[in-house]
Amino acid sequence: MMKITIITGGMGSLYRSEEMASCQLFLQAEAAYACVSELGELGLVQFRDLNPDVNAFQRKFVNEVRRCEEMERKLRFLEKEIRKDEIPMLDTGDNPDAPAPREMIDLEATFEKLENEMKEVNANAEALKRNYLDLTELKHILRKTQTFFDEAMSDQGMTEESIVLLGEEAVKTSGQPLRLGFVAGVILRERIPPFERMLWRACRGNVFLRQTEILTPLEDPVTGDRVHKSVFIIFFQGDQLKSRVKKICEGFRATLYPCPETQAERREMSLGVTTRIEDLNTILSQTQDHRHRVLVAAAKDIKVWFIKVRKIKAVYHTLNMLNLDVTQKCLISECWCPIRDLEKIQMALRRGTERSGGSVPSILNRMETKEQPPTYNCTNKFTKVFQDIVDSYGVAGYREVNPAPFTIVSFPFLFSLMFGDAGHGTLMLLAAIAMVVFEKRILRQKSDNEIWNMFFDGRYIILLMGAFSLYAGLMYNDIFSKSINIFGSVWHPTSGEFSAEIIKTHKDLTLDPTNDTDYRGVPYPFGMDPAWQLSLNKIKWLNSFKMKISIIFGVGQMFFGVVLSLQNHRFFKDSISIFCEFLPQVIFLTCIFGYLIVLILHKWIAIDATDAGCAPSLLIGLINMFLLNYPEEPCSSRVPPGQKGLQSFLLILIILCVPWLLVLKPYILKRRYQATQQKSSSRLGTSTEDGKSAEDAIDGAIQDDSHGQYEEELNLLEIVVHQCIHTIEYCLGCISHTASYLRLWALSLAHAELSEVLWNMVFRVALKVDGYLGVISIYILFTPWACLTIAILLLMEALSAFLHTLRLHWIEFQSKFYKGDGYLFDPFSFDKIIESRADEV
Amino acid sequence: MTVPCCGPKCSAFCAIISFWGIIMLALLGIFFYIEAPALAEDLPIDEDVWAAGNYNYTYVSDLYKQVAVNCWIATGLYGATFIFSCIMLKINLRSSYSSS
Repeated sequence: MMKITIITGGMGSLYRSEEMASCQLFLQAEAAYACVSELGELGLVQFRDLNPDVNAFQRKFVNEVRRCEEMERKLRFLEKEIRKDEIPMLDTGDNPDAPAPREMIDLEATFEKLENEMKEVNANAEALKRNYLDLTELKHILRKTQTFFDEAMSDQGMTEESIVLLGEEAVKTSGQPLRLGFVAGVILRERIPPFERMLWRACRGNVFLRQTEILTPLEDPVTGDRVHKSVFIIFFQGDQLKSRVKKICEGFRATLYPCPETQAERREMSLGVTTRIEDLNTILSQTQDHRHRVLVAAAKDIKVWFIKVRKIKAVYHTLNMLNLDVTQKCLISECWCPIRDLEKIQMALRRGTERSGGSVPSILNRMETKEQPPTYNCTNKFTKVFQDIVDSYGVAGYREVNPAPFTIVSFPFLFSLMFGDAGHGTLMLLAAIAMVVFEKRILRQKSDNEIWNMFFDGRYIILLMGAFSLYAGLMYNDIFSKSINIFGSVWHPTSGEFSAEIIKTHKDLTLDPTNDTDYRGVPYPFGMDPAWQLSLNKIKWLNSFKMKISIIFGVGQMFFGVVLSLQNHRFFKDSISIFCEFLPQVIFLTCIFGYLIVLILHKWIAIDATDAGCAPSLLIGLINMFLLNYPEEPCSSRVPPGQKGLQSFLLILIILCVPWLLVLKPYILKRRYQATQQKSSSRLGTSTEDGKSAEDAIDGAIQDDSHGQYEEELNLLEIVVHQCIHTIEYCLGCISHTASYLRLWALSLAHAELSEVLWNMVFRVALKVDGYLGVISIYILFTPWACLTIAILLLMEALSAFLHTLRLHWIEFQSKFYKGDGYLFDPFSFDKIIESRADEV
Repeated sequence: MTVPCCGPKCSAFCAIISFWGIIMLALLGIFFYIEAPALAEDLPIDEDVWAAGNYNYTYVSDLYKQVAVNCWIATGLYGATFIFSCIMLKINLRSSYSSS
């Protein structure tokens, strides 16, 4: 059957989730199976369970599901046997279609036959092995007892027929030669000491036990373990002792064997036993060969069978969710599907109907529903990992703005701010490129190692993180804790100012950027000047710089989040929220932190090193703005003229925003409700003019009204509380989240320091060895330095930075706009079922 | 050439580290040779000897060249290690291929 594929115009956009439609599906009873299996191959339809109250045993297709489970059980048994023999199972990567219902009977017959064969072979093998064990033990007994009898004979010098152990006196007293009986058998070696003790106590020392070990361990037929056993022979006199000895042997689970008394008989038996053992060996090996052949034949197809059976079972599970209509000829189902793919679904249904040979086509009907549709984001292998990161926190509500496309850039960027080291970034980038280039090969190997799978699934995000970290490392001018000088450092202490005598006498010297001799006047064109790496106050300077850029990027991201909330309000046509939530939020954020950023930029641009003593403190300045505290400091003349007025104005705006955010929305909602109340009561007035059903109308209206009013009152309280929470969360959150972004600085400092310490403590020791001995030290110490770099800086630090970036995205960024109250689209898809089962197995 | 002395994982690890060592030590040698001030604190400077030489620059310059040469020799050693671990890797792959 030729399959027609339709190419729809590209993938959906990731900005908002796909538009979903709730549809009704009418399937003809004969075509239902084929249609559902086609939909399973397509994987674009989420069925709703129309029989949620029916328990599993009352559903329509419970028999078929039971049969499938039987088949699975047989397959699992076969798989266990295959694994026991260590036969490799072929995994061709084939994806067979779900077989038709009539094929199910064939499959069942095949599995039944195989299972019976295996059971038979196993049972036979067990019986043969038991026989073999008996014969082997008998062989050992015959051999060992020979020595016992020999010893007894050589000691006493008696004839073969009778062995007297009690001595001449006994013969004289009783007047008759004593006849000793014996039993011979085999027992587990561990049980010999208690066995001996028991015999001694029970028979009052009147029996005589000889035992010797069997050197080769024997195989237990049931468990297959190898156990050590010993041969024993017990001599006794009289029948009473005989029965007692036999009972004790039974109790200790020793196997007794009939041992002939004369040596000739024993020799004959020994020969017979040996021939029988050889025969058994041949039969056993032939049985094993047969079993192996059957299993190898099964191993070729077993993976394909598993897939087929799982597909059948999945289709019947889905068919159980459908409803049978009145005429009993049609199955009805309700499902969610993306509107964009309705064409594909129609094609699949048509194919299914054709395949089953049905005459009536299946019908797909769109329905209106008030339920919230599921969230479906079309991702490819690159965007999947970013979408998973967002979904782990909460699935986006239906058609709300999806943070994932922005995360593609902002996640690696914030990571790189914390991880900025060009050397480490290069290593990460190379590792990720290796994983991406060999991706097809690695996917085919299907590793079981969870940690490796986690890294491999995130190869694209690691690639981006590495690339961004390389860039950030060049900006921070930090490569394995060393700076590189590409453009020529702009700090040039001249020999006039810093002569040889001054350098020799002073331990520390300060380079002054205000004069032209030390500093060229034009900053280093790209990134940090390399001279900073050798300076003593590098950390002080970098702290100031990194803290400021953290605040700038943090406030930028939060502002972007608030703007996304505007997009959501506009899409959902929620104009109250735009006026009552978005506007005060934006004004609040801008007036405090937008102003802070302006101050930062002003401090960077307008104030240079000549004013260093009077540079305005940003944090204290901000606090003073709120406290309206403008102290008469020595540098008050430096304060720009309008600043006090501007700050007071901003403060008033900020204070106004809080009640605006808190009160206005509930007030407007209440007014709206009251307006609708008045409208409905005025309508009530006109209906009484009719007169006919006036009283009923009034009663109904009053009931509705009071009911509605009751509900509305409750809702109003809820709205007020919700708005209160929202206001407090936003206002306090603004401040705490901005401070939280300082972790970008903190982690970057920690990373730089760790990197420097590793170099100083490990590699510098190697370089500081003088002479040619340095070669050996460099050769030896490079490897531990490299390993520690990978373990501490590339794995531990990267994980830590990843976690912090995740937190910044989930909480600081997404709390500004993300509702995250949706549920994922979970389509009926064979690929998903087979993959998930493969993980289980 | 039949029995490898380290397993497949060990030889792959050695190969990667040696490759990194070759590139990094070669670059480090070049940077020491051009007397980069960033690496000044890594030199094996002996304060007494330098003071005795009246803190002249040639002492430091010689040390730079010395460490550069050391790095390059170590690069050569890691080159040999790389070749050795690649051979081990090939032997391991061949033996696992033939056995499977």
